[in-house]
Amino acid sequence: MRAARSSAVTAIAAVASLAAVSGCAEKSDAKGSDAIRITASNDKCEVSKTKFPAGHVKLAVENKGSKVTEVYVYAPGDRIVTERENIGSGLKVSITAEIKAGTYEIACKPGMKGHGIRQKVTVTGGKVAKRNPKLDKAVADYRAYAQAQADETLPKAQAFADAVKKGDLEAAKKAYAPSRVGWERTEPVAESFGDIDPKVDIREDGLEKGQKWTGWHRLEKSLWKDKKITAEDKTLADQLIKDLKDWQKRVGTADITPTGMANGAKELLDEVQTGKVTGEEERYSHTDLVDFEGNVDGAQKSYQLLKPVASQNNPALTKELDKQFAAVKKLLDKYREGDGFVSYDTVGEAKRKELSDAVNALAEPLSKLAAAVAK
Amino acid sequence: MTDQPTTDDQPVTDDRSATDDRSVTDDQPAAEPPTDDAATRRTVPSRRALLGWGGAGLALGAAAGGGAAAALSNSDATAQPVADSGAAVPFYGAHQAGIATAVQDRLHFAAFDVTTDDRDELIALLKEWTKAAARMTQGHAVGGGAVGGLAEAPPDDTGEALGLKPSRLTLTFGVGPTLFKDKKGKDRFGLAGRRPEALLELPAFPGDNLDAARSGGDLCVQACADDPQVAVHAIRNLARIGMGKVAIRWSQLGFGKTSSTTPDAQTPRNMMGFKDGTRNIAGTDSAALDKHVWVGTKTGPEWLVGGSYLVARRIRMHIETWDRTSLQEQEDVFGRTKGEGAPIGKPRERDEPNLKAMLPTAHVRLAHPDSNGGARILRRGYSFTDGTDGLGRLDAGLFFLAYQRDVRQGFIPVQQKLARNDALNEYIQHVGSALFAVPPGVRGADDWWGRALFT
Repeated sequence: MRAARSSAVTAIAAVASLAAVSGCAEKSDAKGSDAIRITASNDKCEVSKTKFPAGHVKLAVENKGSKVTEVYVYAPGDRIVTERENIGSGLKVSITAEIKAGTYEIACKPGMKGHGIRQKVTVTGGKVAKRNPKLDKAVADYRAYAQAQADETLPKAQAFADAVKKGDLEAAKKAYAPSRVGWERTEPVAESFGDIDPKVDIREDGLEKGQKWTGWHRLEKSLWKDKKITAEDKTLADQLIKDLKDWQKRVGTADITPTGMANGAKELLDEVQTGKVTGEEERYSHTDLVDFEGNVDGAQKSYQLLKPVASQNNPALTKELDKQFAAVKKLLDKYREGDGFVSYDTVGEAKRKELSDAVNALAEPLSKLAAAVAK
Repeated sequence: MTDQPTTDDQPVTDDRSATDDRSVTDDQPAAEPPTDDAATRRTVPSRRALLGWGGAGLALGAAAGGGAAAALSNSDATAQPVADSGAAVPFYGAHQAGIATAVQDRLHFAAFDVTTDDRDELIALLKEWTKAAARMTQGHAVGGGAVGGLAEAPPDDTGEALGLKPSRLTLTFGVGPTLFKDKKGKDRFGLAGRRPEALLELPAFPGDNLDAARSGGDLCVQACADDPQVAVHAIRNLARIGMGKVAIRWSQLGFGKTSSTTPDAQTPRNMMGFKDGTRNIAGTDSAALDKHVWVGTKTGPEWLVGGSYLVARRIRMHIETWDRTSLQEQEDVFGRTKGEGAPIGKPRERDEPNLKAMLPTAHVRLAHPDSNGGARILRRGYSFTDGTDGLGRLDAGLFFLAYQRDVRQGFIPVQQKLARNDALNEYIQHVGSALFAVPPGVRGADDWWGRALFT
């Protein structure tokens, strides 16, 4: 959790300045001469035109296969521009989206899973920014990572919610920290959907006047401080799952850029420095070190994906980052206990300073990663 | 930096500005290295020094005064940089600036732990620090500046000193005993054999209540300037450059000087309201500096010749109880009058004190060189007020800084006497302590802090 401020990644849902705003789909014949025809089958994804002008683009989709399919338009880095799920066998649907000039991929996903059968298309008109395929791959891989984190989080969060709903205090306490790991690893993405973070990860001191306190930390307080689960908490557990599902669904649309990834990594370390090292984030459960590791892991993932480019532009920087990531992880290892970490209230001032120094040592060079990628 | 010409004949042209900063490349030395041509030197002996010893007085926790008149000659005299408060103090020289330099108004002092175990990495940092220090003391931003760089990257310089004058910033570097052998007895950098005997762990003094988190340190940097923001900017940027190699262990702000090295200037007052440093060693008094402050070739070690030893003590004052002490008692405790600052029984501040006229426990009497076998130290302390404590008491006092040739003849014997007998002890408590060896000056653009120690 952090206070509202500009994020490295912005959500597509929010504004109209982004590539696609409408993705309305309807059953229709859709054989107008302007429409791009997409013929999907179990093993093919045929596109009638691979080059078409920017603007409101109409996609006429026909599923000739036997499996239920999906059609996506992906911008570089696998950002979803528009999509249509659940296109049954033999169905025709029409999708309209506003698409800016650039290169895209149209994907059909027979069976509604996997990477899909993809077809490259070029949207013409206006300036097309020169792209670095290595960086596009980094963004696509990062998006896949963020999606996997969300996907893995849901069952863990469900286990936590179930324990709360059963009124099982001990089981809920045990399930609390693990349910947060995927979120902590990819927090900059989650926070880019401005409305989700305040619902699931806000602390009591972050509430605005009149704002209802929901999410993990409200339940944390009940479990550790109040030591009882109320009827209200059980409702909040359900709400948490609902909000996390919303997050899971929206990862694909997040506008992720290479510099955004780099800055997101740095922001994760900021989170550690301002919230975890101080013990503020998990003030009741004292599971701060679990979050700490999640933040560092997520930052490291971004870094590793950007490293092929960054190491060409600034090899001294990547050498230093490799060293400092290793140093932080080694220091964290000292505090491991069972599946997780020691309670943070047992970590004294001198040890906290040691952790803080290690985070500074990593975060300072990490703040230079964006420039090494943007070069 | 003392054997430089005074800044009178060195017009300072490089005030800080965003555009100027970027026009200076890293390769350019921040100031001309000194020349040994004696003809170019001009020493400006102070009026006090020419008059010889006429004054008197001492101050908190320190010794001063005594001895014969300072003999000045053109060949060995130490010029006092008497500069206006916005000017730049030369960075390069035989001694580090910030010791004999006329005391600036503000302080930010930082002690660092070295976090890397890699000697080469530490050396690389010291080189980078030296370069940054040379730039900042001349009013330039560090690295690529504070603005105008890549939009995607944080600026090299943090920027709060943009548009401010050099403000007589001096950055003085020292090394602590733990750099040579850490607390566990480990010689991390292959320096154990080079540790001078005088760089010891200070003994425990009666009444000490030292906080480990405010004591010690492998390295230190003393930043003094007439503008507090310039001093803080310097420490902040050095700390940032050092991340991953060093970490700040503790730091202390000082808001007002309590000692001066310019005896003809008005003597500053400490937080107890008394004049402090009336008889401090003058920055122009090269004979006294050579005798009491600079490490000489005879004492060594070689890497420290031209350097000094620095004692730092955070001395908390019990302000509230002091304030309700009668004027009579306050003056008796110090051995001076509060208004004029005259020694007890004498009319003027700079009159030679009659120690026997003072109480045996008077601070000035105990700290005076005549009571300490002639021991003198150069004091450069600052008043501090770090807000208030949990009980609402002012967290204030003296951040005592003193330079000397050998602590075993300087601070240690004097403080042993003071800690046992000083009437002032009822109103003060030493809560932080550190000792550093301060290497000689950086000679030019290729030289760096601690070079002689590491090579």
